[in-house]
Amino acid sequence: MEILVCVKRVPDTSENEIELNGAGNDIDRDDLVYSVNEWDNYAVEEALQIVDKVGGSVTVISVGDDESEEVLRREMAMGADKGILLSDDAFENVDGRGIATILKAAVEKGNYDLIFTGAQADDGAAQVGGMLAAMLDVPFASLVNTIEVNGDKLKIGREIEGGNQEMYEIGLPCVLSIQTGINEPRYVGIRGIRKVASVEIPTLGAADLGLDAAAVGASAARVQRTDYFLPEMGDGAEILEGSTEEIIDKLVELLKAKGGLK
Amino acid sequence: MAQIFAYILHKDGVVDDTALELAAAAKKIDAGATPNAIVVGAGDALDGVCNDMAASFGEVWKVANDALTYPDAEIVRNLLANILPADSTVLFAHEHLGMDLAPGLSVKLDAAFVPDVVDIEGADGSTLKLVRQEFGGAVSAHVNCDASQGAVMTIRPGVFAADESKSAGGQVVDKSAEAGDLAATRKFLEIVEAEAGDVDITKSEVLVSCGRGIEDEENLEIAFDLAKAMGADVSCSRPIVDAKWLPKARQVGTSGQTVKPKVYLACGISGSFQHMGGIKGNPFIVAINKNAKAPIFQVADVGIVTDMLDFLPELTEKIEEL
Repeated sequence: MEILVCVKRVPDTSENEIELNGAGNDIDRDDLVYSVNEWDNYAVEEALQIVDKVGGSVTVISVGDDESEEVLRREMAMGADKGILLSDDAFENVDGRGIATILKAAVEKGNYDLIFTGAQADDGAAQVGGMLAAMLDVPFASLVNTIEVNGDKLKIGREIEGGNQEMYEIGLPCVLSIQTGINEPRYVGIRGIRKVASVEIPTLGAADLGLDAAAVGASAARVQRTDYFLPEMGDGAEILEGSTEEIIDKLVELLKAKGGLK
Repeated sequence: MAQIFAYILHKDGVVDDTALELAAAAKKIDAGATPNAIVVGAGDALDGVCNDMAASFGEVWKVANDALTYPDAEIVRNLLANILPADSTVLFAHEHLGMDLAPGLSVKLDAAFVPDVVDIEGADGSTLKLVRQEFGGAVSAHVNCDASQGAVMTIRPGVFAADESKSAGGQVVDKSAEAGDLAATRKFLEIVEAEAGDVDITKSEVLVSCGRGIEDEENLEIAFDLAKAMGADVSCSRPIVDAKWLPKARQVGTSGQTVKPKVYLACGISGSFQHMGGIKGNPFIVAINKNAKAPIFQVADVGIVTDMLDFLPELTEKIEEL
């Protein structure tokens, strides 16, 4: 089984407070800690586990700038066999459709049975996998949280409401977007990273992919973010202040009044 | 202005709450528009759903076929690509079917796609002025969408007040014959129901709920200690279940359990919309989080900006002394 996993380098929201920059046109990216998108990490782990069972190889791919290479290398340290970076000045500020178009061109240069994306990334869009599948004209399922390989077919589960699962049989090749919790991603140590530190990661640009820069780039984007702003807070919570003891006394009184203590 | 369509979710003859939210969203795109609804399905209950929707939409496009007994996103995507006029604006709820169906539909229709829309500021010609959130709700973004070749959008459930006017006086139009081939390459097998847990948190009156701020599985003990002192149960947010520290049955959120306690202590929980979507009945919410900018503080009644790992044991001690 040849598996391609699409990954993205994102600010780690559990490590950073996300704030606006002075101009309000972007988040403040100084001193941000970046990491691989959490959903993508589960997707890589799932690909590795499938290949462990049925054989094959795992390739990780990312659309991004040079710094995305560190994310590819991290996933290769987990066990992915190969990394590919898709990078070009023309790819800056593309929309989701543009990302899917770039990935489609790269997919067509390979021979993949199965393509994973994370269910969503830092922008919460959850769009690239479904678009990529439609462009490739192959089956798609989103929010996948179980996969069982049965020959040339997969039995998959999708996460739906209330902890229930929607089960499908789906043929290969196909695109699946992977939900967190599908597995327990393995730990990557410094030694693992060192092992792959000098592995060459090919970089492909628009020309290598046979893409017309004007057709995929920002000028072609029909969806464009114009600025960031902070959501209005509404009334917001009453913040309890004072010493810990004072706060606890106030909170206990409130809990008593609201039926929170039995 | 191009026609606006809303895809209606329904189950067992009951229309989902999001249907009239989509009607409201359509009117924010164009106050003068009479949006249309699309209702697909099978069986006797379908006509009732269509008739209900005719009160709120101009035309209700019905597609009835036994292949649609369960709404497989692949089949519905194909039929929508067959029946929708070019350049339409199509609205879905941002939930598991919309997420499965809509991105691919936008490619098939060659329309622009905007997911998880939380507000609509209007239209300037064929440019839609929309609002989204990024980074788990930490920041909002204005988004321009060029809808000149059509647009597909998913709308976050619960953010638009339902349009209850029911004054559209619409009609049902049977489009079943135009739906095309309803075969699918992927095959729906079954729904697997969630396993019941050792505690039914949907019945709990008081919940001590913990999120990523718990940091380590061993620290769960302090949440259980507090819950014991309060006479509460322990629930959690998604990362705790993903890490396999607690079973799925204890997860609060749209993909977990819907709870309706009197008091909800959110400890180290950022407050994503998927998590808050699982809390009903307007409980008294106490947020304990060391990040003063966590979105949970926007929706909580009372907030304490502190590390839950230090605060919870002290609170437990105080309550035990009472």
